[in-house]
Amino acid sequence: MSAPLLQAQGLSVRFGGVLAVNDVSFEVQAGEVFTLIGPNGAGKTTVFNLISRIYTPTSGSITYSGPQGPMTLTDMPAHQVAGAGIARTFQNIELFEHASVLHNLLIGYHTHRQSKPWQDLLFTPRVRQAELRAREQAEKVIEFLDLQHHRDSLVAGLPYGVRKVVELGRALCTEPRLLLLDEPSSGLNVEETDDMAFWIQDIRHELGITVLMVEHDMSLVSRVSDRVLAMNQGQVLALGTPAQVQSDPGVIEAYLGSVDDVASLRRPQALPQAPTPDLAPAQKGAQR
Amino acid sequence: MRFIFKTSYAQDLSLAKHEGHRFWYGLLGLLLLAAPWLLSEYLLAQLTFILIYSVVGLGLMMLAGFTGLFSIGHAAFLGVGAYTQAVLTNMGWPFPLAMAAAGLLSAAVGVVVGLPALRVKGIYLGIATLSFGFIVEEVFARWESVTGGNTGKTVSAPQMLGWAADTGSSFYFVCLVVTVLATLACLNLLRSPTGRAFVAIRDSEISAQSMGIHLAYYKTLSFAFSAALAGIGGALYAHQIRFLTPDQFNIIQSIDLLLMVVIGGLGFIHGVFLGAIFLIGLPQAISVVKDFLPEAIGGAPGLKAVVYGAVLVAFVLFEPMGLYGRWLKIRAYLQLFPFYRQGMFKRQKSFQKSDRLK
Repeated sequence: MSAPLLQAQGLSVRFGGVLAVNDVSFEVQAGEVFTLIGPNGAGKTTVFNLISRIYTPTSGSITYSGPQGPMTLTDMPAHQVAGAGIARTFQNIELFEHASVLHNLLIGYHTHRQSKPWQDLLFTPRVRQAELRAREQAEKVIEFLDLQHHRDSLVAGLPYGVRKVVELGRALCTEPRLLLLDEPSSGLNVEETDDMAFWIQDIRHELGITVLMVEHDMSLVSRVSDRVLAMNQGQVLALGTPAQVQSDPGVIEAYLGSVDDVASLRRPQALPQAPTPDLAPAQKGAQR
Repeated sequence: MRFIFKTSYAQDLSLAKHEGHRFWYGLLGLLLLAAPWLLSEYLLAQLTFILIYSVVGLGLMMLAGFTGLFSIGHAAFLGVGAYTQAVLTNMGWPFPLAMAAAGLLSAAVGVVVGLPALRVKGIYLGIATLSFGFIVEEVFARWESVTGGNTGKTVSAPQMLGWAADTGSSFYFVCLVVTVLATLACLNLLRSPTGRAFVAIRDSEISAQSMGIHLAYYKTLSFAFSAALAGIGGALYAHQIRFLTPDQFNIIQSIDLLLMVVIGGLGFIHGVFLGAIFLIGLPQAISVVKDFLPEAIGGAPGLKAVVYGAVLVAFVLFEPMGLYGRWLKIRAYLQLFPFYRQGMFKRQKSFQKSDRLK
């Protein structure tokens, strides 16, 4: 068994009196799709923020096997995470609103720039070559995600579904080894969710990128994930294959729910019925 | 209606998007080159001022319009450049060297302002830069051995290798060359990774960081570049105005500069030039119209300030995209006639940024 790509050990973070993440440990193997599930407020996005170094854990560590060997993520500043090969998307889309889709993707390519600012000032041939290459790479992502129609549109005018795809594309442009997807299918309809499922599978199989995602849509989770981690109130509830976690009684109680729960919520006695509107005239009209 | 079909990546990169650009900007270039023979000396001096304020405005636009860092004390950098140029030219330094030194010193001062400014955002950054502007103005007034204090400092004409640009038209050409180079530098930055990093910082700092952009480095770089351009503009300003006093670089000057970029159009390079034309042209227009106004209004002492304020408020309310934005709408109307619709440039309000990570 090779070393895991990402290993979190005893991760905890405390904000004042709130223990948002409490002793969370898990491993992500290279090439798998690993999903975090759990109710809102369980700490899933906080774990993501710890991995991309927006927060610093109060205890525990995260080890990542980077291109030059294992590195401890907890020492790294936030802007070096992308250079190490970890990209992320955001739950509420954080795109660059006043730039075009192409420019958003090109900003994703920022870690691969080869010129210093003074060379940019003079726009030397080296900068020109790097720009042409960046556009070729961005075009590959546009082709992968079918964004050709929107290439030059300003993000500010795009609908939500397209923005989600642009967010994914921007993360892909960093050419990551590990991709963190925060609720990739939230706000998408059935067809768009299907597209997202195919893309996640393509990302894993064709591009060889490991995917760590937070998701609420259980059908997407079952279709796409290799392993699932269920969290509740900052703690790990269960870890295993999607089938194992979805049948775990603790997870059912805390998050998934069962039919009995719904029955127990019904009112004990019926309320006085409101008079139903007389539908007969409309039906007669339709029959004519 | 012009459709731009791009057939190569290089076309996406080039500064002239189509032949129309080349034609009109070429024509503009020819007119600017011929200006000393077409305009009277007074108008040529005003045009020189427009070019000087454009250089400063380019710096402020890169900082405020493209990186999103609003600086209300930018006249301080203008003053640093102006006084450096005055001191060095009076010591006998050749003009290009003195101007380079003025730019570098202003950039260093910009870094000094930028470093503590990294920790503050929005209005607090404005307050910090405003107080910095006051500090620098006071330094100019007190450091009498170097700046001559409140009694002022005369500036001799720019000279280099025996040739002196002491006539109106020779200095105009110097300013024209500097403005063109400054514009090209800004356009080059904007089409390269550094300029995109600036735009990323303006739009969403958190995702800029996730894309690998070192916030502190690029914010400081933006301050330094902006201050350097303001310093170079200040150097030209010193030669044009010939006599420097500290109160030329007070808060009113800073607000004038900010007015210039906001009214011109925040986020557009064209906005800098339209704003500079507005800034220099409005007092002229007021003095022409003053004769036709009744004595009570025309002779009032604060007329210029009232008109400036009213115009700024009107632009913020009715035309937030500024003069260049208004031109874009007029151009769209003319291109699409008669199909132009009123709400074409309205952007849908997006309420998606509910819990932004700070």
